[in-house]
Formats: sequence, C-alpha cells, structure tokens
Amino acid sequence: QQTHTISGVVTGQGNVPMAGVSVLIKETGKGTFTDPSGVYKILADANAKTLVFSYVGYRKQELPITSDHINAALYLDSSSHLTDVVVIGYGAVRKQDVSGAVTTLTTKDFQKGTITSFDQMIAGKAAGISVTSNGGHPGSGGTIRVRGISTINGSSDPLVVVDGLPFSGYVNPNDIATITILKDAASAAIYGSQASGGVILITTKKGTPGQVKLNFNTQFSVAKIKKYVDVLSANQFRNYINTNPYFDSTERSLEGTANTDWQKEIYQTALTTNNSLSISGGVGKLPYRLSVGYLNQDGILKTDKMKRTTGSLSLTPSFLQNHLKVELNLNGSLTKNYNANQGAIGAAVVYDPTQPVYDPSNIFFGGYHQWMNGGVLNPNAALNPVALLMQRDDESKYNRGFGNLKLDYSFQFLPELHFIANFGYDVATTNGFTREDSTSANAWKANNDAARGTNNIYNNKNQNVLAEYTLNYDKTFSSIKSHINAMATYAYQDTKYTNNNYRNYDFAGDTIPGSTPVLYPTGLQQNSLVSYLGRLIYTYDEKYVLTASIRRDGSSKLAPGYRWVTFPSVSLAWNIAKENFLKNSKTISTLKLRVSDGKTANQGGIGNYQFYPGYYLSDNVSKYQFGDNYYNMYTPSPYNEALTWETTTSANAGIDFGFLKDRISGSIDVYHKHTKNLLINALLPVGTNFTNQLIGNVGEMVSKGVELNLSLIPIQTTDAQWTINFNAAYNNSKITKLTQNPDSSFKGIPVGGISGATGQTIQEEYVGQEPNSFLVYKQVYNSQGKPIEGAYADLNGDGAINPIDDQYFYHSPYPKWTLGFSTNFTYKKWSFSTVLRANIGNYVYNNVASNMGVARNMAINNYLANASTDILNTNFIGSNSYDMQSDYYVQNASFLKMDNIGISYNLGKIFHSDRTNLTISGNVQNVFIVTKYTGLDPEIYSGIDNQLYPNPRVYTLGLNLNF
Amino acid sequence: CNKDLNRVPINTTTAQDVFSTAASTKEALAKVYGAFALTGSTGSGSSDLGGIDAGTSDFLRLYWNAQELPTDESICAWGDPGISDLNFMSWTSGNILLNGLYNRSLYQITVVNSFLRSTEKPASGISATDLTHYRAEARFLRAYQYWVLMDLFGNPPFIDENSLIGTVPPKQIMRADLFKYVESELLAIIPDLAAPKTNEYGRADQAADWALLARLYLNAKVYTGTDRSTDAITYATKVINAGYSLMPKYKNLFMADDNKNNPETILSINYDLNQTQNYGGTTFLVNGCIDGNIPGGPSAYGVPGGGWGGNRARSPLPKLFGSDYTTSNDSRAKLLQGNVYDISSVSTFAQGIKTAKFSNMNSDGTTPANASVYVSTDFPLFRLGEQYLIYAEAVLRGGTGGDMATAISYINKLRERAYGNTSGDVTSISLPFILDERARELYIEGFRRTDLIRFGEFTTSTYIWPWKGGTAGGRSVEDKYNLYPIPSSDIVSNTNLVQNPGYGGTTK
Repeated sequence: QQTHTISGVVTGQGNVPMAGVSVLIKETGKGTFTDPSGVYKILADANAKTLVFSYVGYRKQELPITSDHINAALYLDSSSHLTDVVVIGYGAVRKQDVSGAVTTLTTKDFQKGTITSFDQMIAGKAAGISVTSNGGHPGSGGTIRVRGISTINGSSDPLVVVDGLPFSGYVNPNDIATITILKDAASAAIYGSQASGGVILITTKKGTPGQVKLNFNTQFSVAKIKKYVDVLSANQFRNYINTNPYFDSTERSLEGTANTDWQKEIYQTALTTNNSLSISGGVGKLPYRLSVGYLNQDGILKTDKMKRTTGSLSLTPSFLQNHLKVELNLNGSLTKNYNANQGAIGAAVVYDPTQPVYDPSNIFFGGYHQWMNGGVLNPNAALNPVALLMQRDDESKYNRGFGNLKLDYSFQFLPELHFIANFGYDVATTNGFTREDSTSANAWKANNDAARGTNNIYNNKNQNVLAEYTLNYDKTFSSIKSHINAMATYAYQDTKYTNNNYRNYDFAGDTIPGSTPVLYPTGLQQNSLVSYLGRLIYTYDEKYVLTASIRRDGSSKLAPGYRWVTFPSVSLAWNIAKENFLKNSKTISTLKLRVSDGKTANQGGIGNYQFYPGYYLSDNVSKYQFGDNYYNMYTPSPYNEALTWETTTSANAGIDFGFLKDRISGSIDVYHKHTKNLLINALLPVGTNFTNQLIGNVGEMVSKGVELNLSLIPIQTTDAQWTINFNAAYNNSKITKLTQNPDSSFKGIPVGGISGATGQTIQEEYVGQEPNSFLVYKQVYNSQGKPIEGAYADLNGDGAINPIDDQYFYHSPYPKWTLGFSTNFTYKKWSFSTVLRANIGNYVYNNVASNMGVARNMAINNYLANASTDILNTNFIGSNSYDMQSDYYVQNASFLKMDNIGISYNLGKIFHSDRTNLTISGNVQNVFIVTKYTGLDPEIYSGIDNQLYPNPRVYTLGLNLNF
Repeated sequence: CNKDLNRVPINTTTAQDVFSTAASTKEALAKVYGAFALTGSTGSGSSDLGGIDAGTSDFLRLYWNAQELPTDESICAWGDPGISDLNFMSWTSGNILLNGLYNRSLYQITVVNSFLRSTEKPASGISATDLTHYRAEARFLRAYQYWVLMDLFGNPPFIDENSLIGTVPPKQIMRADLFKYVESELLAIIPDLAAPKTNEYGRADQAADWALLARLYLNAKVYTGTDRSTDAITYATKVINAGYSLMPKYKNLFMADDNKNNPETILSINYDLNQTQNYGGTTFLVNGCIDGNIPGGPSAYGVPGGGWGGNRARSPLPKLFGSDYTTSNDSRAKLLQGNVYDISSVSTFAQGIKTAKFSNMNSDGTTPANASVYVSTDFPLFRLGEQYLIYAEAVLRGGTGGDMATAISYINKLRERAYGNTSGDVTSISLPFILDERARELYIEGFRRTDLIRFGEFTTSTYIWPWKGGTAGGRSVEDKYNLYPIPSSDIVSNTNLVQNPGYGGTTK
C-alpha cells in the first residue's frame, strides 16, 4: 500500500501557530502532534481519507485529505462542556456519555489577572458554583460552594481532587489544564462519604511528545485598597462628642488634637510579581512537563507578605507497546508568609481619630500612642493599630509536596481490560513563630507585663497516603451497538496530623508563668477511610447512556456499628440529537436529556475520635484548690457513640442543547437535595452527656435549585471571534427537622456570634428557615424614615418587647440567585475579556455599624473610640440590650461586581524566530461593585460583616512568551 | 486494611487510667468540685457548656444573676442577652442565662454521677477512707445542685449514677419529690463525710451538710407546703456548735486571702487569679460591681486591669442602713460606695449605690501578685453568719428546739461584729427585721430571691422596689415568676419534660 507524507500548519486564535495539537488519521487511528511552530507531518496510507485535529479547549475539526499539504485553523470551543473527553471521578468518559450534572472549565475559561489560587479562576464561570473571597490576605483563597449548602455543622467544602489525589494540595494555577465540577450526587457519589459538598477535579498540564516547548509567563501587579470603612473623621468625631449631651466633660477632656486617618495608616499599595516557566516535550518515548513558579505578593495591610516557590513535574511514559502507561505527577511548594496582625484592621476602624500615631512620652509601649489608665495600659481600649502591625513579627514556612504514581496496565491478551494502580503521597509541614516586641501593648494585654513581649513557636505536619487498585473493562460491541465501561476499585486513604505543643515564651525566650503547660509534647490526629466502589457505564447506539455506581465507605471517625455506609447512584442520558429525526437538522446540533439520582455523605464535619470516651487534664490556669494545693482537673470529655453519617440524596434532571453548530449552546438543570441525619451541634436532653450541645445527627434539610448555562458565539471568523457565557442559578435550602418537641419560646439553635455584646448571636438554625437565618427585632422608624432608638414592633401584641416572642426571621446570608457573565472578544491580535458576577437576595448583618454606630461605645472606661458614620443617621446611644438585634442592621447585600476586565495583544514572533510568540496583557480585578449595602463589601460568606480584610483592586501587566 | 478503621486516640486518658491511682482520682475529684468554680478546663475562654458565652457559663455568675438581679439588691447596666429580663422580671423560657444555670447545675450532677460510677469498686492504691469521703462529698455537691434546681426551677430532670451517658432522656422529678431526695441524700451521707473542720480547705464536711439541711428546712414550706422550722433549728444548731466563729472583720470574708485564718466559712468556692481563672465567680463579683470611677480606681480592689461597671444596688438596700448610709456606724455599710441612690437610666452605671463588697486585695492591704482582672477571693457558699440568721428566723417561725434569747444573742453577734461594739445590739427581733438583717448581712451573696419568696414579697405588691416588673417606680408581677421556667432548649429536646405553669407549652 502506498504511503505518502501529509504536512501542514495548525493555527489557532489570531492565526497563531499552535503546538501540541493532536492530528489523527480517522480511518487508521494513527496520529501525531504539531511542533512548537504548529507544523505536523504524518504518514498516510491509501485508506487515509480524513484528518482529525483536536486540542483541549478548541473545537475538533475534521478535514478530508485532498492533498499532501493541509493547513487547519482551530476555533476556541465556546461552550466548555463540549470538550471531547470529560474527566469524571476515577476515569474519563466521552462527552456524549456524560449523564450527570458536570461542568468542565479549561484554560480559556479561567479568570485572568493576578491569580494565586484556583478558586479565583472559576468564580462566576459556572452555574451553581459560588466562590466567595475570604479577604485580601495573600494566599487566603476563597470559599467554594457547589449548589449552596446542605449541612449545618458538616463541611460544605467540595472535595478537591488533583490528578486523582483527593488532598486539595496547592497547585500553581499556571499548571492547571482543566477543572471539572461534579455537581449532582450521581456524579459525585463515586466519591461517597467525601462528596456532599460536590467534587472538583483538577488535571494538570502534561507534556506532549514533539519538540521542546518553553513557556514563560510573568506578571507584575499593583493592588490598592478600593474603599475604607466609613467612620467619623477627627473633626466629625470631636464635633459629635462635644455637642452630644450623652457625653460629659470628663469624656470630652480625653479628646486629642491630632487628625489621624487610622485606616490610611495601616494600608499600603501592594506589589506582586508572579513568574512561571515551563518546559515540555518528550525525550524519546518519555513525554515530560516541568514547571517552576515564583510568586512574591505583598498584602495591602502593611507587613503582610507571601513568597511562594512552586515546582511541578509530570512524566507520562508508556511501555510494553503502550500496554503499560505510567503517569508520575510531583508537585511541590515552598511558602514563606509574613503575617500581619489582622487585629489592626478592626483597631484602625475603632481607634480614636483625634489621637496621634506616636506618643514619644509613652516609653512603656515603644513610643506609640496607647490608651492609658492610671499609668498602666487601659485593657478595655482598642490598641494602636500601627503598633499592632509594627510590633509583631509573625513568620511561617509552609512546605508541601504531593504527587502520585499511576500505573495503567492493559492485558496483552485482553487489551480492553486494564489494571490500574494509583499511589499518592502528600506531606506538608508548617513552622513558624509569633514575636512581639518587649514594648508591645498587645503582649502586655496577654501577659500582663509590659516588658515581656512574646515569642511563640509552632510547627505541625500533615501526611496523607492513598492507594487505589482498579480493574477497568472498556469495550465497544459494534454488533449490538453497545459500549461498556465497567470498573471496580478498592481504595485506602489515611490522614495523619501531628502537632508539636510548646509553652508560651516571652521576648527573652523565658517561659511565661502560668502559660498552658505541655501535657503531651505532640498531638496526633489520624483517620483512615476504606472504600470499595464500582461503576458501569453502558451506551447503546450512541444515544442512550446508563451509568450506575456504588461505593461503600468505612471511616475510623465513627464507632463500630455506625462506620459503614453505601452510596448508590444511577443516571440516564438520551442523546436526542442523534436520533434519526434530528440527525440531519441544521438547527439543532446538540440535544441531550439527563436524569440522575444518587447518595453522598459528609465526613468533613466529623472530628476524629468523637465516639470515644476519654478524660483530659485541665491546664494550669484551670486548677482547683484543696487545702493549700492546686490540683489539675481530670475532665470527662463529651462523646457520641451513635455518631453516624450525614447523607444527602440528590435528584437531578437536565437538558443540554446546542443550535447552529453549537454557536448557541447551554444546559438547564433542576435538582432536589434531601439531607438526613443532619450533622448539627444539637441540643441534648440535659443530663445525658458531659455537655448540653454536641455534634450529633438530628435534623433534616432540603435544597432545591435551578441552573442555566448559556454560551453564544455571535461572531466566528478567521479574524474575529466573540464569545459570551452566561450562567444563572437559583438555590433555596430549608431546615425541615431539628428537635423532638415544639416550644413557643424556642426559636432555634443560636449561631453567628457578633461583636459588641458578650454572648450575643444574630442567626438561628430553625425548622422551616434557611440555615443561619437572621433572628431580629423589627425596627420602628419615625416619619423622616430614621430608626427610633429602642422602638421595636410588638409582634405578639402583649404590650412588651421580649426576646424570642417579638423577634422574627428575616432573610439569610445566602443568595437566592447567583449570576455570572463573561465575554471574550478577539480581533486579529487583540483580545478583550471581562467577567461580571451578581448575587441577588443575600443579606448581611452590618456588625461594624451595630457595634460602632452607638454613642455608648464611643466613650467608656476612660477611653474614646471612633464610630461608624451610621451614627450620624441614627444618633443611637445603644443603651438597650436589643439594639444590636435590630433588623435595621440586616441589610440587603445583593450586588453586581465586575471581577475582571482585561485586554491582550499578541505580538507574534520575536527575535525573527518562528518558534517564538509573545503576548502582552493588561488586566484589572475588582473593578467595581454596585450594591445597596452600606458596609465595605457585600460579599461576606458568613453574613456577618465584622471587618473583613479588604479585597483590593489589582492592576496587572502580564507577558507570556512561548519559545 | 480494615483494621486501620479501629483508630483510637493515642493521647487520651480513659476512665480506667484515671481511677487507677490515688493522685489521678483526686484530680477527678478536683473536676467534681471545679465544675462549679470554673467555666471549663482549658482556661477562662473555655466552657463545658455550649450555646452560652464561655465567660458567663460558670455556676456562681449565673446563680448570682438569677438570685440577685430580679431583687432590690442589684440591677445590671449591661446589655448582654438575658440581663434585662432578669432586671425587670420579664424572663421567658428562652432566657440564655437561666438556660446556662440549669445546664451548669445538671452538668455538675452529670460529673458527680460519672465519678460515683467510676469509684464503685475501689482501685488499689487509694485509701478506703479517702474514697468514702470523696464519694460522700460528690453526693453532697449533687444534693446541693439539686437544691439549687429545686429552688429555682422546681421540677428539673432527674439523673443519678444509674443514668448512663448518651442514653435515654431523663424523666422529670417534681419539686416535692426532689425535696425528699435531697433531704434523704444529705441525711444518708452524714456518716461518710469528714467531721467538721477536719477536711481539707475547700472540701465539704459534715458541717456543710448540716448547713445545707438547715437552709433546706428553712425554705421547706415553699417547696413542699410543710413548715420544717424545727429541723432548721436542729441543723443550724449543729453547725453553730461545731467550732466555727465569726471572722473578726466583716470585710475580710470577701478578700483575696479569705482562705487564710478564716474561722467562719464552712464551705467556699475557691478561686485563684493565677491557677483558677475564669470570667465568672468572684472575678465577676469584684469587677462587675465597680468601674474606673470607683474611689481609688480598680487598683483599690486588686483589679488594676478591670472594673466592668455592671451591678449596683437599687435604693432600698443602702437605705436599710439609714437614709444616708454613709453616716451609719455599721461596717457592712462602709463597703457601699456612691451617693446617687436613684436609677433613672438602668444602663448608666454611675446611677445607683455601688455594692463594692468583694475585693481582690489582701486583708493587710497588699495586692496579690500578677493581679489584673482575675480574682483570688473565695466565695463563701456556707458561713456561720447565715446559720445564726437561720436559727433566729426558724425560732420566729415557731420552730422548737431553740429559744428567743439565743436567737437574739446570735443576731447581736453579727451586729457587734458590724459595729465593732454593742451599740448596734437589738433587744427584740421580728420576721420583717430578720429579712432586713439578712439583706444587711448577706447582701449580694446570692440569697435575696429565695428570701423574698419565703417572705412572700418577691412577686406581690407587698413590697415594691424600683424597676421591679420593669417600671421605674416598680410594680407587682405574676406569681409564676416565683419559679423560673424550664429552659425551652430542654423542653424541645426532652419529651419527658413539662413546662412550669405560666410559661407556655403544656403544663400539668
């Protein structure tokens, strides 16, 4: 048979040559990859009729072999779910075989700019996935929620699996190739007891055979604070104290003459550099990818800084005529943190603006102004925010290494049968110290000695081990139009945490008297999980897909008898578009119906050994005196022998659609989740345990929701491409069972502690309400619309305002709707993109206003404290104990945020080398917020605004060089 | 690898470990006592209880709030949850402080039960006498807490050493039945307790047991409808004759070194600012009753870093020492401070006479080492002075076994200490006088609510004090307030419980 060589160039976005594109002869299955210049060469025989070009994130293209020179231009795949292969738990399936609610995001979908953790990349990008920033501290990341929450005290965090390792290790975002989110229980059930919060599967970039490819990516960014908490200026403050009859002359005499804007004193413009270099290619038959990254990020809070070096290596060789495929992934990171004392954030808001930063006469406390009382520190007053920052040195080193070795052997005599062994190891160590100067007022407050300071050290170690053995059978039976993929796995996972305990030391290194003794020099926490799982995916005629899985988990966290649980799941998909009546439709390109049902559980909220009765010895400040001696107390620990799994069953129905060759595509899903044996810090019948509240399985909860993903490609030409992605999700969760008996004076289990009054909470868990709903008094307003101090609606009409009886449930922190919008427009070498997000129906308790918007807290105990400008509206004194529980402070925090806006220009080749390509880009993050919320930032996961580390606006200049 | 699922904590001690040596058994006994002194076992921020601020979850602070805030002896300026309902007698079953107290009392009982279960069979190495004492003392503390529950909540759940952990919800016990139980326990353990003044400081002996019996019998009519004044006289007399004598200086009963050379206190709750720290107990009593404006400042009370400005008296208390208490020669009045009697704004601590009775200073005027906020003063749970008053009142109530002359002489012992001479002596006494004298002698020691109920003045219009019932002038309130409600959190969790009358829910 005559063979001939076919060659050509593959180009992508902006006519740039693309390396690593898979080129395959459809008829024979032979293939190759393009080199860094986008060039491929392939040997074709007489049977070869069609070439298939494919690349992750791009639409697959088939071209007939009409000559020996065939160029291809690939287009970005706008709708992420159209990628050919979708990673699911313990394997991957063809996109058309997906029958659950799964979202896949690839490089082109990720948010851009200064991205330091993967959660930032997916914010706003998929329906039902919400990412709430934990604040602007370098490395603090975000809170990810998949389809809201379905637990109270269990963990709502999704399981993060990196290359098959369920350890949520840190991966340099530049090394991530795809992120897949398993949303419904049927998809996630394969992860069983770890999957109630959803599952996020991350795959890292791998090497591709061919010429060596280098990529250098560098970013420089500037972060600036967007907005300060609204507090009185020094003049406003003086004026308020001087004119309000609430204050007396003694209090007025405490005023200073300075004009200090404390928030300006503690924040800075922060610079970040972020560099990554990767090399990939193949040495002989050994494809490799090696990457290193270096991040140097300052926080906008002075003295806050992080330096992180990352490295990753991936080797993917094959042996025995491809019967043995080996995958080795190694990831390491060395992080050095300089942690600012975040107490300064709250202190800067509250510190009296009429006082100066420095007070040279105060030699006790290093020349900083501090509130004194009778020659000693006034322990009730806030501490000087600048001193809090400057007199502390808190440094830690966090080193982590994790990786896995996967051996995939297909039997020579039965190639459709694979035996796969996967071994994973993860180790992380933290070492650090917190030092306070000998003149630190903060240390004085803790140790009651002006000359002591502190010098505390800590270190701990985390170790995870994983072993999995899988048999996988995958075969197409053409004669009966069937495809079968069946697998069975045994998995073992062990997690071990070791903490070294130290005493508290002072600045000089001496033990602080009375500090907690070290009973055990090390603390050890360990748990193991043993799992058996199996799955069958049966496809008939490319149209009907049945997926059924079962997993059985046993956890050492639970007592024998409560330890094992089984997670079944089943799902069906019907590819309607492949039916004869639609096969030739020019309008409908994709149409698929999916239904699923499955069960997951939550072991995240269960601590180790909670079923185990034990005693612990009290510390040295908790002794009891008999005679002249003090005795440590042997204390029985509460325990719950009957603690068991919180399980969630979840049903999902969805439809995937695509019109006009998927220029318009998307999906709609509806779901219903039912959680039983809700893990909750439950009220115990008093007298049945060594406490009155203990984590147990008491309640039930139901969540319902709808999700929409929509992708549009309004323009798609060689020169220009415009893509639009929109997603919307509605979720509503309600507690449906909580206690044994009703009682008129019981409005739930209080949660959500607030600052400003001892023991006060603002949220309750209660039947018929959303989790963490606010329980408040109904504020009465005057004719000018101003709140009347101490006046609340008498809801039960008994003539008095009483707790519980006159309180009512008023919204929750969780949005009803979350919306995401992103668009990307490419014209020749220019590219423009933006991401917007909106939450609707989320409420936040403004604890800054409630605690600081009252005269009572401006002058107490011989010091002055600043107030929120809210006081100019309310003129509240704050003498009523119900004041902080007013619905006035629960504010609508719906918002529209522009997360990201960016532009990039592809300069093409440089140094006259075809192998090079340079792109420069500019990006702004946190561009604007539209909201009615009066506090600093409406996006607060807990719903209680208590001085979050502000998220800065970040300007990034980036440069990406391929060579 | 399924055997790996049998992971048990390696650094945890089991009951077997604890009760196998004499030293660790005593450390377990320390918790039996410490359960009413401390909020938790790992510092002042820790709590054995959930759902309540750790610093307010100790026994004395909660008991004190329940016994003092609704009365003429005190009113609190703070806006913390539950406070104003106690100030104004408008509490509901959702009151967090009452919930805390109920839980704290039952917590200590749970710890006692567990201690009793674990010490049924004596382990080698522990002296049988010691163990007998330990067990009897544990039962005494359980009886004491059941007395508290009976006095405040009436009909609590009942658990004893046969109630296992994590099992069925306890049954409710009715007040009269609980009276019988407490009485029978206190009588049963007498032979097993150490003789008066022979036990270690801080541990209960027979005198403590008799003192509680005397208190129990004095109030028996409230609990059961039957007067037991005769029994009150019997047991008060036993205590009085057990070798105790009055502390020569009244104020030294409430100072940091009150554990030294104290001939009067029979049983105390012990605190130490270095080794027994919490934000309740006497730390609360010292700091809560003063602020920065107290003469001499908080340093004068041994708490240079403290002074929380919360609790002070309503006007009737200082006036028990005369229209201007500052002119009184009664040394008990000299612990009061201030000259603003009337309180128009409850949240303004400057208003109201300060009851600065407890102090963290030593009696010789020195300040204990490391003093800042925590306090070393031990709280007298039972002291001789109260027994004199019980004797006198029981005689006035018609009890037999005592006589009026002795009763008057006991009262005059208290007054001679107060005046430093006989100028304050009385020649006759009456029940109303006893109620007033109790206030003068025992103010802010946690007796007032029980006393006012025994005299029928707590809820009724017989006696009105400022802010009683929530109005500045005061008013009577419903009789249901003579008993606190069973906390709603237990009503919803334990289907065996029936709410006290008037507090909603089903009642019997």
